[in-house]
Amino acid sequence: MTEKAKIESGFSSDAKKEPRRIVFITRNTSAKVKDERGPQVMTYPHLLVREAIVLEVLIIAMIVIALFWDAPLEQLANPLLTPNPAKAPWYFLGLQELLHFFPPFVAGILIPTLVVIGLIVIPYFHVNVEGKPLWATNASKRFIIVVGITIALLILLAVVDAWTIIVPTALVAVLLVASYYSKATTGWMNTLRQKPLSWWLMTWFIATALCLTVVGTYFRGPGWSWVWPWGTHAG
Amino acid sequence: MATSLNTALENLRATRVWKSIFRRGPALTNRTRSVAVFGNLFLHWLPVKVREKSLRVRAAYYLGSLSFLLFLLLVVTGVLLMFYYHPAAPNAYHDMKDLRFVVSNGVFLRNMHRIGAHLMVLLVFWHMFHVFYRGAYKPPHEFNWVVGVFLLLITLFLSYTGYLLPWDQLAFWAVTVGTNIISAMPVIGSKVRFVALGGNIVGENALLRFYVLHVVILPLLAFLFIGVHFWRVQKDGGLTVRSKDDDGKS
Repeated sequence: MTEKAKIESGFSSDAKKEPRRIVFITRNTSAKVKDERGPQVMTYPHLLVREAIVLEVLIIAMIVIALFWDAPLEQLANPLLTPNPAKAPWYFLGLQELLHFFPPFVAGILIPTLVVIGLIVIPYFHVNVEGKPLWATNASKRFIIVVGITIALLILLAVVDAWTIIVPTALVAVLLVASYYSKATTGWMNTLRQKPLSWWLMTWFIATALCLTVVGTYFRGPGWSWVWPWGTHAG
Repeated sequence: MATSLNTALENLRATRVWKSIFRRGPALTNRTRSVAVFGNLFLHWLPVKVREKSLRVRAAYYLGSLSFLLFLLLVVTGVLLMFYYHPAAPNAYHDMKDLRFVVSNGVFLRNMHRIGAHLMVLLVFWHMFHVFYRGAYKPPHEFNWVVGVFLLLITLFLSYTGYLLPWDQLAFWAVTVGTNIISAMPVIGSKVRFVALGGNIVGENALLRFYVLHVVILPLLAFLFIGVHFWRVQKDGGLTVRSKDDDGKS
């Protein structure tokens, strides 16, 4: 009965023009709810006119590109004539580059599956809702764990000669270590010091994916050998 | 001139015909402006009011809007391309030649679709990373992030299935390389590949399957997930805005 009473009182109460959400900030509540409500404007026309402008800019940009860049068309498909190298579309070339270092099951099935599962669980796995810096608590212990895992990963990658993963990993690791030792209170190094672990993981992932994709697209030639994009080669 | 145009528009909006179509008169008050959104089938999933901060370009660079609008443009250009396309080998390739040499503006049409596809993959990735760095996946937006991951996968599959359709060497070998990886799946790998290709090699059956996926199944799935995605943005309280967005007026 109490449930019913609650609902009824909810309906009969006067609704305010701008309802205010009352929130108790606990450790597990996102800090953003504190100040998320700013002034509001009507969707019609304020949002819709902006969407219309976005559409117009997009169409103009696409038309300009379409006038100067022709979609490629090669010879008729021929199963008997394999190009060297045979390349997937650009967004899968990171995976094809992985295939160069790892067996097909690892590069083609295991890693993509883990990436997708990893992306899906991000909002549920994430326990650091307030986005506290990685070095905020237990800094020295965390530093040992993070650096230990990074070095182990780098050794593993070195064993399979996967240097297109080693380079971005090492770059991000250098920044990570620098942010630990840095005493900066302003500038970009201070910004790095404030970053949570999730930021470092995503940045490492994007840096690696970007490096693999760019190398796979522009720097791989016959037999997946290294070529320079400005060099001439058969392919 | 501008005033007379405005007057003409106002008069038009006050007519019975206008009211019968849009279920409202001129949107001059906040009430009629609200009706303009929730009384319209194509806008009703938008909130009636939005936070001023979330309209700023810096808030999201309109990446979600851009991805969605690109999808619509791809549907339009895609349907036009379908008028000139036969999903059969080698006819599909000859249709590409026709688009280049016979159909008026055929090259332009195909360019628009191709550029749109590449751009959409790029923007959906960018959108996702931007949402991550803003922490906009945090409660209460967790599930909408998951819907977004599925939309990313649908976008990739849409692009990939479309890649085969020109039936040239580029298309054929890109899809051969990609689908060979399916065989690496333990136990069921070769079966899954057989189902995906309708055979053991990339042939006419694969072309037809990719075509049906590309023009029917995946776009319908995309529409479904986009609908849920937008609806959840509204239900979960609008875009994430941060106190940082107040820094520097834009």
